[in-house]
Amino acid sequence: MDLKFTTETYRDDFSFRNSPEAIRRYPFPFHADSYMYAINMEDHVAGKPGTAYEHPIDVDEHYISEMADRALVLKEDPLRCQALSHMMTAQWDTLELLMIHQSIAYPDLFTLERDKDKCHWINRPLGIDDKFIFGDRSTLPYEPMEYIMRQSQGDFCIVDQRDNSLWMDAGMVTCQADWSLDFDIGMSFMEWHAPVPMAHELGIFDRALKFLMNVQQGRPARRLNWTMTVNPRLDTSPENYHKWGSEKTTVTKENIGAKLHLRCELQSFWRLPRSNALLFPIRQYLISLNDIATIPKWACRMHRVLKTIPDPLAEYKGFSRNRQLAIDFFAPFDNGQETTKGADPE
Amino acid sequence: MAIKSRPIYNGFDLEMPAQRHIFVLEGEGALALLEKVNPSHPMLGQSEILYSPVGSSHEQAIVKLNAANFFTAPSSEILLNRFAAILSTATMSTRLYAAGTEGFIGAAVNVAARYGVKSASIVKEHRGSLRRRVQCVHCKGFNSDITASPFHCEHCKLYLFVRDHFSTRLNAFQGVCVNAEEPHLFPEPVELYQ
Repeated sequence: MDLKFTTETYRDDFSFRNSPEAIRRYPFPFHADSYMYAINMEDHVAGKPGTAYEHPIDVDEHYISEMADRALVLKEDPLRCQALSHMMTAQWDTLELLMIHQSIAYPDLFTLERDKDKCHWINRPLGIDDKFIFGDRSTLPYEPMEYIMRQSQGDFCIVDQRDNSLWMDAGMVTCQADWSLDFDIGMSFMEWHAPVPMAHELGIFDRALKFLMNVQQGRPARRLNWTMTVNPRLDTSPENYHKWGSEKTTVTKENIGAKLHLRCELQSFWRLPRSNALLFPIRQYLISLNDIATIPKWACRMHRVLKTIPDPLAEYKGFSRNRQLAIDFFAPFDNGQETTKGADPE
Repeated sequence: MAIKSRPIYNGFDLEMPAQRHIFVLEGEGALALLEKVNPSHPMLGQSEILYSPVGSSHEQAIVKLNAANFFTAPSSEILLNRFAAILSTATMSTRLYAAGTEGFIGAAVNVAARYGVKSASIVKEHRGSLRRRVQCVHCKGFNSDITASPFHCEHCKLYLFVRDHFSTRLNAFQGVCVNAEEPHLFPEPVELYQ
């Protein structure tokens, strides 16, 4: 794949844009014309070339700009990256997993050379060339988790598995949809999902927990989640909500196509070999309504999904304020015909 | 509906075997013990009771229990310091009991955690006020004794609502700016946690 990295911002002037290729490879989250919570887990196996699923750890045209935005967030708020002390083995597991997958999938961009515990890591897009000893944190400029997560797109949680639950014990969270790692760190699976409406009663979390605790090494799983975001802002954290919240009121009939974005999260789940912890990469993809409208099937489906989503869900996902405007935007694209199965653009 | 991230306060059960029983009681939390225990209960001979009155007056009643050890602390902070000192030399087969407001129980749980005691093994009973300890998610400052939502963060002054989400580690609920989307609006506070 010939990747051309774009230089763009996710704040201030919001110069983020998707190329036509990025639009077509967008992991559109709606497989049918309506949406309700589901665990919707599937094996995280290689998808078709040219999709976001082609490689297990996806790197796209926004890589350099996303990493620059992450660095800005961490500079302002170091608490976005935390690991409890018992997670050091899992940190090394994570570094190894991300280095291996990025270098295998993108040999032109990343190289990992290993001679027993001596490692040489080259990250060409970010101009990084470091030699370090695997397992010796003093040989890296950051702790291993922070080091590799500053070079990997998406948020990451590392959860420990013990006492019949999963525990949010480490992570790097700079582009989250309104949850706080600093608040949730140390919580069990049920605790950190406490604010989510409806899903507890539907038994979703009981089943999801069972599934996740049984994820096997070498057999990662994935699911999609989604929300809507005003402006292509990555850092929609609760920490900064008082700064970005008012942007939600700036959407009009005229500007909605450019301003409102669908934000899809590709979550994957990996068993780590030494620590038996789980790595959750939460990779987010932004797309403007205008860009969705270039794919007729998606535009039609968006209209139907937005119309039928239950109110508490729209509220929780934080877009009830702009929901009707979005429905009106997509209405002209709904031809009343049946859409083809699945989420592919055609 | 129960808040899934909030600890469960099952109430005192005094019939669980142990070599030593340590009670930390704040305010009306003393009643969690007094209402259940019979003064002739053999466990009292193996019990240490730490009590911080904060306006309550149960000292005389506790004295009458004739426990192996009893300490009235002038403040909850001093009580928790003594609790930590006791835990630093405590052995296996020591059972811990905490009763009082939620913020006090959480503080006791966190002291015990420093000595490797899990929250689930501590017997807890919520007594007294429902007031909440709230951390501002924006400035990370803690606000004690919150009875109404929304309220102004005492540190950054943002107007916060109390989200039904509790962190045991921080011993606090989460406070989130209530008027971030429309900063000119100030919804009336409602007394929810008296």
